[in-house]
Amino acid sequence: MKTGYFGKYGGRYVPETLIPALEELDAAFKALKADAGFQTQLRKLNAEYIGRPTPLFFAEKLTSQLSGARVYLKREDLAHTGAHKINNAIGQALMAKQMGKQRLIAETGAGQHGVATATAAALFGLECEIYMGAIDAKRQALNVFRMKLLGARVTEVHAGSQTLKDAINEALRDWTSNVSTTHYVLGTVFGPHPYPTIVREFQSIIGKEAKRQILKAEGRLPDYLIACVGGGSNAMGLFHAFLTDKRAGNIKYIGVEAGGEGIDSGRHAARFAGGSMGVLQGTKSYLLQDDDGNVLGTHSVSAGLDYASVGPEHAWLHDINAVKYTYATDTEALGAFETLARTEGIIPALESSHAVAEALKIVPGLPKSSIVIVNLSGRGDKDVEQVANMQSASV
Amino acid sequence: MTHSAITERFIKIKKADNGKKAFIPYIMAGEPSLSSTAVIVQELEEMGADIVELGVPFSDPVADGPTIQHAAMSALSRGVTLRKVIDMVKSIRQKSTIPIVLMTYFNPVLKFGLNNFIGAALSSGVDGIIIPDLPPDEETDFIASCHKAGPDTIFLLAPTSTDKRIDLVCHQSRGFIYYVSLTGITGSAISIDDSLKAQIEKIRSNSNKPVAVGFGVKTSDEAARVAAIADGVIVGSAIVKAIEEGRESFRALVKSLRAAI
Ligand SMILES: Cc1ncc(COP(=O)(O)O)c(C=O)c1O
Repeated sequence: MKTGYFGKYGGRYVPETLIPALEELDAAFKALKADAGFQTQLRKLNAEYIGRPTPLFFAEKLTSQLSGARVYLKREDLAHTGAHKINNAIGQALMAKQMGKQRLIAETGAGQHGVATATAAALFGLECEIYMGAIDAKRQALNVFRMKLLGARVTEVHAGSQTLKDAINEALRDWTSNVSTTHYVLGTVFGPHPYPTIVREFQSIIGKEAKRQILKAEGRLPDYLIACVGGGSNAMGLFHAFLTDKRAGNIKYIGVEAGGEGIDSGRHAARFAGGSMGVLQGTKSYLLQDDDGNVLGTHSVSAGLDYASVGPEHAWLHDINAVKYTYATDTEALGAFETLARTEGIIPALESSHAVAEALKIVPGLPKSSIVIVNLSGRGDKDVEQVANMQSASV
Repeated sequence: MTHSAITERFIKIKKADNGKKAFIPYIMAGEPSLSSTAVIVQELEEMGADIVELGVPFSDPVADGPTIQHAAMSALSRGVTLRKVIDMVKSIRQKSTIPIVLMTYFNPVLKFGLNNFIGAALSSGVDGIIIPDLPPDEETDFIASCHKAGPDTIFLLAPTSTDKRIDLVCHQSRGFIYYVSLTGITGSAISIDDSLKAQIEKIRSNSNKPVAVGFGVKTSDEAARVAAIADGVIVGSAIVKAIEEGRESFRALVKSLRAAI
């Protein structure tokens, strides 16, 4: 495959101004990947700062309640700052430091990637600015405050749909203007090459750990892996180590997108159910767009999945039928949010709740001997206020 | 070999040898209305513009600053699409031969269909295309098709461009090379200094294609200083803003820019 592409997807569709920075980033990434000192530092930070490995938890009560497959939860919600986003933010910030950059910028939807980047900036003593859609800043107000506490500047974006997509536009514009001093910490397996590969690399620790952990717990590889898909980084993080393992031929991979109010309503972010090939923000992938190639507005109860496109590697995995993509609606995700809270005492992020919702759907129909791993990409503390407001609005 | 309309225009300007350079105004198609665009193009031609850059609105214009973003959103809300812009060029062509360059993001072109786009652009009289999020490394088949039949593919260079990028862009550009005067987005503040001159000289040493400078030129004074070192001057945000203000502002600005370039 041509570098930077996943089948016909991927590439580097950005203004010329950014090309040298992407080349520099690619070179730095290749060098640091092979650099023993860098890897030692990263391992140490993963263990002592992020708190890795995160547990693989056997959800015994959920398993007996669903009375199907054995359900395991990969507990990324227990990582420092409460989501998998920190794996990538720490990795990229460490790279930025080595590249001599003084400033980090990032986009954020749910606020988890913003918090993770602000955290990494504080740790490494770098200046930090986070772009966030104004609607997202409202529904994830707690995370806005966390970013500010961590010393970051939070810039609300009022353009377009005022969500993640518009935050990325603004971050790209900032990067275009300040490229020599600033590193753009893209938060998911999206954007121009080499970002999809870099983010996958830093997130792939999820699957590496899960593989070791499930082999220890069950003596064999799992039958199903389920993860929610916004840009797709927690899903790639879980899937990658299995997809590249020759012994793992029979695993079924399921990516869960945001079905919002249903596909027919037009208010969703299910790119594979309602999208087609397009180019947005540096990469070619599936895209929710109108007949003239303008990007459609999206909707999801979860800010982290509320995005019109998806990582190019997912587009490729979709087309070659290596991963099955489905969706959970807002209602299903909210149901799963409550179910997991009550059965296991774990409040999942609304994003992760989409993956849990899929498990609730399929597990009862699976043989008792089969094994399912659900990626619990983050914890739901950030969503509690929003859900409380929705519930009080509905009574 | 026959030259493209854009190349012809640069040759003509050079031949005139009167110190004048190419004046290339940018306007957003459909602003303030679809019907006014044809009139504005005609006025620009009458006031001495050499080439017109016609912006196609897109929902996510990452290379643009607030002025052009705002114009794009406004045009989109009025239903302006790539297809309508191409049709508009066709109607402009009934009265005018001024070289027209479309400035569009890549996704609308991809959605239109790459071959369909080339066909439609040629048959309606589009002379060149600038696609700010399409560097010459991507979609090489599409670029090769454009090289065979037209429209001219105008690629961009920037202050950050390395020697290797300059080589590639010079090689793949047709019509002219678009030098982005600043490390940033459209409408930012330009600084006309030695490094601008040095980059242009570097590009010239690589290629004998004309170099036009854009992004950030707003006043006639800036335009004159850029014209002294480049083959053409592109003015976007300032003109878009003047159109927003009204006909008088627009005419006054265009007149002063034409005199300066
Ligand atoms: C907890 C959590 N899970 C999932 C996502 C979606 O991102 P991705 O698909 O890159 O994992 C987000 C994004 O904000 C998130 O905060």
